[in-house]
Amino acid sequence: MSILIVQLLNSLFYASVLFLIAAGLSLIFGVMRIVNLAHGSLFAIGAYIAAWLVGRAIGFGVPVVWLLLIIPVAALAVAFVGIVIEPLLLRPFYRRAEEYQLLVTFGLLLILEDLMRLVWGGLPLTADTVMDAIPSIHIGGLIYPGYNILVIGIGVAAAIVLWLVVYETKFGVLLRATSQDRRMAAALGLNVGLVYVAAFAIGCFMAGLGGAIVVPSHAAVLGMGVEALVLAFVVVVVGGLGSLKGALVGALIVSFVRTAGIQFFPEVELAVLYLIAAIVLIARPTGLFGTA
Amino acid sequence: MEAAIARPRLHARLWPYAGAALALLALIFVPGFVGLYQTQLLTYGLIMAIAALGFNLLLGYTGLLSFGHSAYFGLGAYTVAFLLQWLGIRSMELYMLLGLPVVAIVSAAFGYVCVRHTRIFFGILTLALSQVLWSLALKFFWVTGGTDGLRVPRPTLLAGMIDFAGSGGYPRFILTYYYYVLGVFALAAAIMWVIVHSPFGKALQAIRDNEIRARFLGMRVRRFRWAAFLLSGTFTGLAGILWVPLNGLTTPDVLYWPFSGEIVFLTLLGGFRNFSGPIVGGIAFTYIKSYAVASTEYWQLLLGTVLVVLVLLLPTGIVGALSKIAKRLSAIGETVR
Repeated sequence: MSILIVQLLNSLFYASVLFLIAAGLSLIFGVMRIVNLAHGSLFAIGAYIAAWLVGRAIGFGVPVVWLLLIIPVAALAVAFVGIVIEPLLLRPFYRRAEEYQLLVTFGLLLILEDLMRLVWGGLPLTADTVMDAIPSIHIGGLIYPGYNILVIGIGVAAAIVLWLVVYETKFGVLLRATSQDRRMAAALGLNVGLVYVAAFAIGCFMAGLGGAIVVPSHAAVLGMGVEALVLAFVVVVVGGLGSLKGALVGALIVSFVRTAGIQFFPEVELAVLYLIAAIVLIARPTGLFGTA
Repeated sequence: MEAAIARPRLHARLWPYAGAALALLALIFVPGFVGLYQTQLLTYGLIMAIAALGFNLLLGYTGLLSFGHSAYFGLGAYTVAFLLQWLGIRSMELYMLLGLPVVAIVSAAFGYVCVRHTRIFFGILTLALSQVLWSLALKFFWVTGGTDGLRVPRPTLLAGMIDFAGSGGYPRFILTYYYYVLGVFALAAAIMWVIVHSPFGKALQAIRDNEIRARFLGMRVRRFRWAAFLLSGTFTGLAGILWVPLNGLTTPDVLYWPFSGEIVFLTLLGGFRNFSGPIVGGIAFTYIKSYAVASTEYWQLLLGTVLVVLVLLLPTGIVGALSKIAKRLSAIGETVR
C-alpha cells in the first residue's frame, strides 16, 4: 500500500516537472505558432544555472534555507535568455514557412546544447544540498524525500498562477486575442511584437523553473534537454498543442504511464509512450483538448 | 522551373544530362587524386546524398516535412546487422535484396498512418513513430546490443566475387566500395530523376502547390502522398543499408531524432527546390561535419550556427544560390549582347 502511495507521489512529481515544460511549449505554440525544438534545452539551462548557483552559494556559506530562492532566480535567468532569443532569431521567421521555423529552432537546439557543454563542462552538476535540507517524511514503512512534495506543490501553484494569468487578467486577454488572430489583434492597435516576447519569455520561464526544481533531485547532465523535449512532445501531442488543459492532462497521463511502465514493463516503457502519442494523433489529430 | 509553360529548346533540356555526365565523370576520377580518407568521406557523402534524395521527394516535391527519416535509415542499417547475425549473410547484394523490402513495408505502414496529416502534425507523427523504433533498439539490448550497437564487418561484393578478407583488405575495401556506392548512387539518382519527371512526380508537385485544386482534378491526394512516402522511406533505407558496412557498426544514434534533423539540415543546405540540391547538400554536409568534428570539440555549436545563418541568409540552399547567380550572370550577358 505504501509502495502505491510512493509511486503515486513519484508520478505527481514527474507530472509537475513535465507540466512546466509542456505548458511552456504549448503556450509558445498557441500564441506564436512555433514548435520550439530548443525548448528542452531551455529546461536544461534552467537546471544548470540552478545547480551552478547552488554550488556558488554554498561556497559563500549562504544558509541552506535561502538556497530555495535560487529556484526562481534560475527561472528568471532563462526567461531573460528567451527575451534575447525571440527578437534576434525567431522574429525574422514569422512570415516564412513552418519548415524554416522548425529548422531555426533545431539550429538553436544544437547551439544551446554545446554552449552548456562549453560553460559547465561535461560532468554532471548536482545540487542535492537543497534536497537534503528538507526533511524526509515517512509513508508507512518507507522514507520519502520531502523535497519531492515541495516540487509537486510548486507544480500545482504554477498551474494555478498560469491559469489565472491566461484566463483572468487583461494580459491573458491580449495573449488569447493574439493567439486567435494575430492580424486582427494588430489591427486593433495591440503591440503584437511585445505580446510575442512576453509569451516566449513566460514559456522560457516555465521551462527554466522546471529545470531548476528538478535539479536538486536529479543532477544536471548533458542531453537532459533533448530527452525532456521528446517527452514534452508526447505530452502536448496527447493533450493538444496550444492547450493548457491539454498540457496538464497530458503530463498526468504520461507520468502515470511512465511510472507504471518502469514498475511493470521497463523494456517497452518509452515505446509505449510514443505509441500512445501516435494513436492519439491518428484518432484525434489535434489531441484531447486541442482546437488548432 | 517556370520554363514549363513554353517547351524549352533542345539544348536547354540537354543541360541537366550533360551536367550529370560531367559530375559522374569527375566522381569516377576523384579517388585517383585524393587519399584514402577523402575517398571514404566522399563515400559517406554519396550515401547521405541518397538519403537526402529520398527525403526530398517528400519535402521538395510533395511538400511534407518529415522529422522521422532516421527511422528508415536506421531500419536499413539494423536489417543488415540482423541478416548477418541471424542468417550469416555476408553478401552486399543480398543485404539490399532482402533489406529494401523490409524498409519498404515499414515505410508503407508508417506512411499509411502519417499521410492522414499534413504540416506540423505530419512532422510530429513521423517523429513519434521513429522514436518508437529508437526506444525499442535502445531497450531490447539482448537483440540489438543496446547503446553498444551491432558490428557489421566488411561484406562481399558482386555475389561474393570480391572479398576483403586477409591483410590489406581495408584500403582495397575503401576504394572498391567507393565505386560500388557510386554505381548504386548513380542508379538511385537516375530512378529518382525518372520518378520526379514522370506524371506521378508532376502530380506530387501539383498536390504540393495546391492540394484543393489537385483534388478537384480527381487526384486521390492521400494515395499519392502515401506512394511518395513509401518511395522516400525506401530510398533513405537504401542509404542506411549502404552506410552500415562502411561504418562497421550500427547504434541507436542513427534512429534517434537528431539524426532526422541532420537529414533535414543537409537537404536544406543543398536546397530542397532543386533536384541536385540534396546531392550537393549530402556531400557538403558530410565534409562540413567531419571538419567541424575534427577541428573543435564544440562542432554542434558550429553546425547549429551554420544552420541558423543558412536559414536566415540562404533559404534556397547552395544550389539555389548558385542558380540564382548563374541566372543573373546570363541576364547580364543578354543585355550586353
